[in-house]
Amino acid sequence: MNYHWNWRIFWEPAPNGTGTYLDMLLSGLVLTIETAICAWIIALAFGSVVGVLRTLPSKTASWISFAYVEFFRNMPLLVQLFLWFFVLPELLPRSWGLWLKQIPNAPFYTAAIGIGLFMSARVAEQLRAGIGSLPRGQKLAATALGLTTLQGYRYVLLPMAFRIIMPPLTSEFLSTIKNTSVAITIGLIELTGEARAMQEFSFQVFEAFTAATLLYLLINIVVVIGMRFLERGLAIPGYITGK
Amino acid sequence: MKRLRMIGLVIGLAPAAAFCAGQVNAEELTGTLKKIKETGAITIGYRDSSIPFSYLDDNQKPIGFAIDICYRIVDAVKKELKLDKLVVEFNPVTSSTRIPLLANGTIDLECGSTTNNADRQKQVWFTNTHFLTATRFVSKKSSKLSSIDDLKGRSVVSTSGTTNIKQLTEANAARNLGINIIPAKEHAESFLMVETDRAVAAVLDDILLASFVAGSKDPDAYVISKDAFSKPEPYGIMLRKDDPDFKKVVDGATAALYQSADGQKLYDKWLMQKIPPKGLNLNVPIGAELKKEFAKPSDSPDPDSYTAM
Repeated sequence: MNYHWNWRIFWEPAPNGTGTYLDMLLSGLVLTIETAICAWIIALAFGSVVGVLRTLPSKTASWISFAYVEFFRNMPLLVQLFLWFFVLPELLPRSWGLWLKQIPNAPFYTAAIGIGLFMSARVAEQLRAGIGSLPRGQKLAATALGLTTLQGYRYVLLPMAFRIIMPPLTSEFLSTIKNTSVAITIGLIELTGEARAMQEFSFQVFEAFTAATLLYLLINIVVVIGMRFLERGLAIPGYITGK
Repeated sequence: MKRLRMIGLVIGLAPAAAFCAGQVNAEELTGTLKKIKETGAITIGYRDSSIPFSYLDDNQKPIGFAIDICYRIVDAVKKELKLDKLVVEFNPVTSSTRIPLLANGTIDLECGSTTNNADRQKQVWFTNTHFLTATRFVSKKSSKLSSIDDLKGRSVVSTSGTTNIKQLTEANAARNLGINIIPAKEHAESFLMVETDRAVAAVLDDILLASFVAGSKDPDAYVISKDAFSKPEPYGIMLRKDDPDFKKVVDGATAALYQSADGQKLYDKWLMQKIPPKGLNLNVPIGAELKKEFAKPSDSPDPDSYTAM
């Protein structure tokens, strides 16, 4: 291997004039975290609604949610972002499209929404499995108590279902963070984008991507630990996820 | 009689050839030359869409200006090593993989459109410059933008991680233009942004702009600025650092090509005539700076060393 290692490169000034290469990577890290959090909020919100719809007795509700889930999970994320960013504005009336194109930070919003919706299909499926895993008696008991369907979900089914699916939800959150790297296709210069820029400027490929890997690992470890605490804090003694 | 003389000639030359071959061995080949001699193959790294330097034609075969230059280098290496047969292998590279693949020996030459600059010379070496390009912008004729100052307050796109976006950022700050700079992932995407009106202009190497304009639906709708963000920067073929023997052969081959009439002919073939696969004509005449560089080949990374005079 004929490679000139230079680990001190991170403290050298980057040519784009925003400080050192390390600053460049860290600004990418911040953008990655921001995008991931926004996307995750969208994924949880939409995923919960669609997941609940899938378990309702209504045929229409289950058909709509089925179509939603299959639409978003069967298309590669890369293609989805491309469609949102490049194709959608062309389909809208011209003035709307132009307005959409000129929003500042368009790649950020597109990425947060696009990744959020993509992940929401997965969250919906997890939630459906979680609700499905509850004994049928729970729903019947809620009805017997005189709770409406909405109340039954709110006070009986969802609190248990969410506790059960906490471990897979952790995985989904980690996937959301990693999926933000796809957003470089629409020009969002997050962590992976900054690592690529760094190697382009300095030609220190391995240093740049090693640092990016470590930073991804770091945020994911933080998320895993945080979710573990949350899981423990919410556990109900004597029930499936409790001890 | 003639045949007999041929045989005599061959017999007479054989010891001389053997002697020369012996000398090459005695010099102890090192680095890339040693590897090529041992394996009987040389691997060329190519780009899949750097028109007209290095790209795939409709048979998925790498072609281009830089690839043709590399064929000349291969011939020179073959001659230097006195090989009867030298297998040329092709390996695709991207801007992220070209350095690792060159460093770990997967490719021996990178034949594309890589800018030769001082920072990069810390990692790799370049042979003589085969092209000079300056950073300019393309816009739709209908937006009536001619100078850099006209971009004031508008949305302008450039590819992230390139020297182009760096120069755009610098010009924006230095001239206080308040340009909204949109970074794109790829050159093609940068141009797409202008095509779809997401940006009024795209800032890239002028030669790339010429190829996008030539390949667009309506080439007449676009104009490339006269105003440039930079001095012309050199493109070079990349080879491993600290391998002086190989560089000597490569430099010798490229210098001989550029100084001969073939250099200009090769340039015209790729930049002044219709090129495969779609029969585009980039129509970029050779500049005075490059003409001078061809007469006196140089591998300098310094844009100031390439002057017209």
